[in-house]
Amino acid sequence: MDVREVDVAEITEAVRRLCIEANTELDPDLLDAYARARDNEESPLGRDILGKMLENAAIARQEKLPACQDTGMALVFLDLGQDVHLVGGDLTRAVDEGVRRGYAQGRFRASTLDPVTRKNPGDNTPAVLHLRLAPGRDIGLTVMPKGFGGENFSRVRLFPPAAGLEGVRRFVVETVDLAGSRPCPPVIVGVGLGGTLELAALTAKRSLLRPMGRRNPDPDLAALEMELLKAVNRLGIGPQGLGGRTTALDVRVDATPTHIGSLPVAVNLQCHCHRQASATL
Amino acid sequence: MSGDIELTTPLTPRAIGPLCAGQQVRLTGAVFAARDAAHKRMAAHLLMGQPLPVDLRGQVIYYVGPTPPPPGRAMGSAGPTTSARMDPYTPALLEAGLAGMIGKGSRSAEVVSAITRHGAVYFAALGGLGALLSRHITAAEVVVWEDLGTEAVRRLEVRDFPLVVAVDSRGNDVYATARFPYRQD
Repeated sequence: MDVREVDVAEITEAVRRLCIEANTELDPDLLDAYARARDNEESPLGRDILGKMLENAAIARQEKLPACQDTGMALVFLDLGQDVHLVGGDLTRAVDEGVRRGYAQGRFRASTLDPVTRKNPGDNTPAVLHLRLAPGRDIGLTVMPKGFGGENFSRVRLFPPAAGLEGVRRFVVETVDLAGSRPCPPVIVGVGLGGTLELAALTAKRSLLRPMGRRNPDPDLAALEMELLKAVNRLGIGPQGLGGRTTALDVRVDATPTHIGSLPVAVNLQCHCHRQASATL
Repeated sequence: MSGDIELTTPLTPRAIGPLCAGQQVRLTGAVFAARDAAHKRMAAHLLMGQPLPVDLRGQVIYYVGPTPPPPGRAMGSAGPTTSARMDPYTPALLEAGLAGMIGKGSRSAEVVSAITRHGAVYFAALGGLGALLSRHITAAEVVVWEDLGTEAVRRLEVRDFPLVVAVDSRGNDVYATARFPYRQD
């Protein structure tokens, strides 16, 4: 098969555009989830808040303002077709340049800084780049600005196998309960089961990329997702943690094989302002 | 929402006293924007017995790190950040006369008790709704520590800023109680 040549400048441009789109235009399917939650919410204050979430999304889109001021760290998921040959420069630099331009042009907040000195370079770089190879000649790109309201209350635990699915269930529900009002509920809960320490966390994160309303194709995991969603919404935390039935908009569970001696579980919390934008080059 | 309590800053004990956890409020007037890095500096000042660069008596601090304003606007997106990270610094600021705080999410037991001790109040703003809240901020200027960028201390003018009383001056905490009517164990 012919090799396809792609100039990394195209990736810079796509990342720039996706940073702006993700921060200012919330996914219509997410807005449908807000609206459904509002219609089902019993708490009057909760209904009011869910309505204001819809209003906020409309203002952001109309005025090209970021829907949330925490425009996050810029997570970039890049699936590189193995028949693509990149030319014109360094891929990592090209991705960072796209983030730099998108955040400057969109007037988004630069939140990425040195963990030791806490010095902020002011351009929200570097991106958190998750690169993987895929068959074919395409480049799949998703930008997810990840706010840290949700990120800070995420947890990972390596259970002994004896903990079983019951241990997993308890851990997920407990994570949402302990986070309470702080991660900007209603949240989306990403669960990564299996793998290793880092793979469980990445699996949980990648589950957040799934389109709204889609269940895991594995019937057992789909059943677990629905069961966990119900359990989480029995906690009563509600929109903004001010009480209500809508504590989570969705729970996603993805699994990867793990070691005979372990049952890793990662829970990645995503705030209601669930932002992402994708393109195929 | 009509029926909300209307408040103006600075806050007086007389205005704070009747507020009850769970009530919806509209706030108008000047508030100071400050978050993690500014709190760390303020706490360091107080620890060394130096006066704060801003007189906090009767004032309200909003935990916010806004996005830069688009041309012709006072403010970019400006929703609250998670208040809990400011908990370690908060009792000292209340001691220095701070009357109110705006943020999102629950506070530590130490903060709730300091709020009660000083007759202060903690308001919840709508987390993740920065574009909507931006409309309620009519002016903004950096007052100190410009080097902190988005974390600099700013003086904001807010108008009809929508809030919920989260912890009232008697220590009633909406986050400790609001979930129970909806909780199914």
